[in-house]
Amino acid sequence: MLKDLFPKKRKFATISPNQGAKDRVPEGLMNKCKRCGEILLSRELEKNVKTCPHCGYHFSMTAPERIDATLDEGSFVEFDAHLLTGDPLSFPDYPEKVQKAREMSGLDEAIVSGYGTIAGFPLYIAVMDFRFIMGSMGSVVGERLARTVERATDDGVPVVIFTVSGGARMQEGIFSLMQMAKVSAALRRHADAGRLYIAVCTNPTTGGVTASFAMQGDLNLAEPGAMIGFAGRRIIESTIRQQLPEEFQTAEFLLEHGMLDEVVHRKDMKPYLATVLAMHSKRGEPNGHRTAF
Amino acid sequence: MATELPFEKPLVELRVKIDELKRFTEEKGIDMSEEVATLEAKAKTLAESIYRDLKPWQKVQIARHPERPTALDYIRAMCGDFIELHGDRNFRDDPAMVGGVGLFRGRPVTLIGTQKGKDTKDNIHRNFGMAHPEGYRKALRLMKQAEKFQRPVFTFIDTAGAYPGAGAEERGQGEAIARNLIEMAGLRVPVVCVVTGEGGSGGALGLGVADEILMFEHAYYSVISPESAAALLWKDATQGQRAADTMCITAQDLKAFGIVDQIVPEPFGGVQRDRAEAVSALSDAFAQALDRLDALGMDALLERRYDKYRKIGNYREMTEELPKHSVAMQES
Repeated sequence: MLKDLFPKKRKFATISPNQGAKDRVPEGLMNKCKRCGEILLSRELEKNVKTCPHCGYHFSMTAPERIDATLDEGSFVEFDAHLLTGDPLSFPDYPEKVQKAREMSGLDEAIVSGYGTIAGFPLYIAVMDFRFIMGSMGSVVGERLARTVERATDDGVPVVIFTVSGGARMQEGIFSLMQMAKVSAALRRHADAGRLYIAVCTNPTTGGVTASFAMQGDLNLAEPGAMIGFAGRRIIESTIRQQLPEEFQTAEFLLEHGMLDEVVHRKDMKPYLATVLAMHSKRGEPNGHRTAF
Repeated sequence: MATELPFEKPLVELRVKIDELKRFTEEKGIDMSEEVATLEAKAKTLAESIYRDLKPWQKVQIARHPERPTALDYIRAMCGDFIELHGDRNFRDDPAMVGGVGLFRGRPVTLIGTQKGKDTKDNIHRNFGMAHPEGYRKALRLMKQAEKFQRPVFTFIDTAGAYPGAGAEERGQGEAIARNLIEMAGLRVPVVCVVTGEGGSGGALGLGVADEILMFEHAYYSVISPESAAALLWKDATQGQRAADTMCITAQDLKAFGIVDQIVPEPFGGVQRDRAEAVSALSDAFAQALDRLDALGMDALLERRYDKYRKIGNYREMTEELPKHSVAMQES
């Protein structure tokens, strides 16, 4: 039945000059793959954890979606939701921008952090969300990360951070820059305590986030095709006055250049993390109980 | 004065006029000393009105002044003996990052800094003070060496930023800076850094995790250059002045925020006007910082460094913690 659907849709799309047919597709029922152009049923996309079953393209994910897809069902407990964005520089229009981001994303900042389990293994987790001012890192993002890492160190459990970020939060100026040092210092202590940290870069991870916790993992992982870099593509192109190849700064490019341990497909992420957690726990078991995943 | 900044122009013109009058006096033998004295008094008042209350954008221009001393200028002037050490042992020696061992007031210290050039040719060699990953890795190698031999580390920051090039990305610019941040946070020797000119974003922070941060009076330190901020905010890179006014990037701002520990005073008009005075002020500031840090044990030092960065942040904390809404996160 699904097969019959696609040719029809394609015909509509080619015949109609104003793409009216596409507009009549009920909102949220269909999605077009941004890479291969295949029309995907939303249900089909959800089943594939928001990756294209045809070409493997990874659609962007919100922080709540990521938490759902990664942690054991019902295991997540959010922390530090009571930290709210300040305005240290009295930056023009910043509070309004934050308010808009809140309404648009349903989140109060660019990161959600807390505690949960993967295949029964306990961990602290922090997940960034690109919808909130491009996932930029301000004081709240830095503070939530530092507290998450500190709790993980104190409890002696691993920490996993999923990054997606345009970099520093310009509107918080030097406070934003210093969050890189703050989170790094917390991760230093976590490492000194002999605890595991896994960084997972998702599309896109750039700027100050790349130049700090995204690249400080015992394992640095990434999703396929994710753009990961320090400087933006346009800046580099204008600096060197030439076009960069398509694959420049992709996860695969970084893997090839030795910056990542592995590129892991989203569908494999949870079992992959479970295996890593098992290898870093006593006897490979969560709390002494063997759990199948 | 070889290089004049736009806001210094009236003063420069006045000084040219004074010189002309002096020459006229000498050549023609006509006494113009009264006129010269009047003009010199006027120049003094003018200079005071220009330099006493510099605006952020004017400070940015002074911080970028081509005649401002470079890291090697300060290092060589501060140390009786200095041995420059090269290379990251992996890829190459990055001329935009310099470092080595020196005797500072009789005591061995490791000194590392981003290095700008003195002229166009030198600047091309130094990549305008913008380091590649191998520069940050050289810096880290020297810091670990300092840790081994238990000598303090001084870092000198004067960079527009880490170099945004293709090779830099391939070799992991982000990873190199990230590595320095996490290593500097735990370095078991005193670390003192000074922003001497430009403190450009992550490229500056890659040398900037320290027990104490010093900053020259007219230096700036920013998450993004004023021009780039203007390009992002108002789609107009020429509005750097407006961005500089908005972003709180001066030494005075950062001192007020509690991020910079000490402002190093500059000679009237900027360090380029009197290098000896600038070096002497910087040496004293380093020595004082070291005195404070020497008094601490290693554990106390690391605790203090952790707290210094741990407390940086501006956010509101609601007194009552919200109910932990794990259920709310389970949206479909």
